[in-house]
Amino acid sequence: MVIVTVLSLVLLNIERRDNYLEIVRTGISTLTYPLQFLADLPSRISGFLSETFASRDLMLGEIEKTRQENSLLQARLQKFDALEMENMRLRSLLGSSYKLSDQILVSELMQVDLDPFRHQILINKGSQAGVYVGQPALDAHGVMGQVIHITPWSASVLLITDSSHTMPVQVNRTGLRTIAVGTGDISSLRLPFLPNNADIQEGDLLVTSGLGGRFPAGYPVAAIDKIERNPGAHFTEATATPRAFLDRTREVLLVWTASTTGQPAKEAPPASAPTPTKGEN
Amino acid sequence: MLMPSKQGGGGVILLTLIIALYLAILPIPAWAAGFRPPWASLVLIYWCLATPERVGVLTAWVLGLTLDSLTGSLLGENALSLAIVAYICLHIFNRVRVFPLWQQALIVFSLLLLQYMASFWVRSSLGHMPTTFLFWVPPLVGALIWPWLFIVLRDTRRRFNVVR
Repeated sequence: MVIVTVLSLVLLNIERRDNYLEIVRTGISTLTYPLQFLADLPSRISGFLSETFASRDLMLGEIEKTRQENSLLQARLQKFDALEMENMRLRSLLGSSYKLSDQILVSELMQVDLDPFRHQILINKGSQAGVYVGQPALDAHGVMGQVIHITPWSASVLLITDSSHTMPVQVNRTGLRTIAVGTGDISSLRLPFLPNNADIQEGDLLVTSGLGGRFPAGYPVAAIDKIERNPGAHFTEATATPRAFLDRTREVLLVWTASTTGQPAKEAPPASAPTPTKGEN
Repeated sequence: MLMPSKQGGGGVILLTLIIALYLAILPIPAWAAGFRPPWASLVLIYWCLATPERVGVLTAWVLGLTLDSLTGSLLGENALSLAIVAYICLHIFNRVRVFPLWQQALIVFSLLLLQYMASFWVRSSLGHMPTTFLFWVPPLVGALIWPWLFIVLRDTRRRFNVVR
């Protein structure tokens, strides 16, 4: 009993400080992957069935909607291409560097219930697809979080609203840099360290600043919804609502930034996945 | 003659523990997630009480580690709390076995409460303390379903003739 207790305490202490234990965790998770796969199976099957037996009209409507959306996005993308070229030219005139584009892999959420008091999700791509620890994850609307554990076939993502997650952000309107801290509440982030005279308004969009080296710059994170200015306090505090649909989304986009594409680009993504598309930064 | 039946019993114990782990991560609607009974702890407590010579602290520890990695909590949190629960079970199994079911449920409630206290302590000492009272609901749910789980597991044990 004593040995086991001491061992657990040692484990907890190591886990808190570093991630030496990643190997142990990966080992256990790999062994227990079949269980997670089984747990995911019922919802996968029901999803498959409802898709298979969905009415034809519904499907046609869906396709029509997707097609319209696609052409809309394509049109917008044309403009972006021109803008990007222009931006690159201007940047090169200024002599500053510019990150070209990021590689993106689409992965799906696994319907597995994790610890209800931490904000984590499990996705169905792992180190076999080139996913690495610390990789940023997005959905179609904004940043979701980062990969914290991987197994060969799955990975867990810590969401930006987990109370142990903190990320560097920038106010899109003014360029003001600050830190966004998770609150443990799935629908809000906290910005505790704003100067009292900070130029910030409700509705301001927060984007990743690219500092810290984890998240690529320029992806939307959250929108400011409340600012508390208290003249007596050292800092102004603001709360923001994440742009990503943290609790509703089904597809998760994994991003390789230009600087890290070196290692994972070698591995071909699995055939089942849509081919990595070039996302514009 | 005893050995084969012992081995078979081990399989049953392992299988029930695996089913418990499976139930622990099976997706259920979000509103019900807070009321999910602590399956792994309940099944572990049953086997600790029924076959204390075979299921003990070490089993509990390994089970806890697996649960930790399955649910993405800190590695060692459930391992520690389940080991404590198993240790106490091994000390009281002789008395608890003869209790009527509702008294057993009370004992199970206090064991689960202890387990959650240990895990609360671990979390708060590492800086992510659960802030809602929902955290304390599972022990109650666990105690409420204990009588039924006990009967199911006892019948399973008799059916497959798992000996101590």
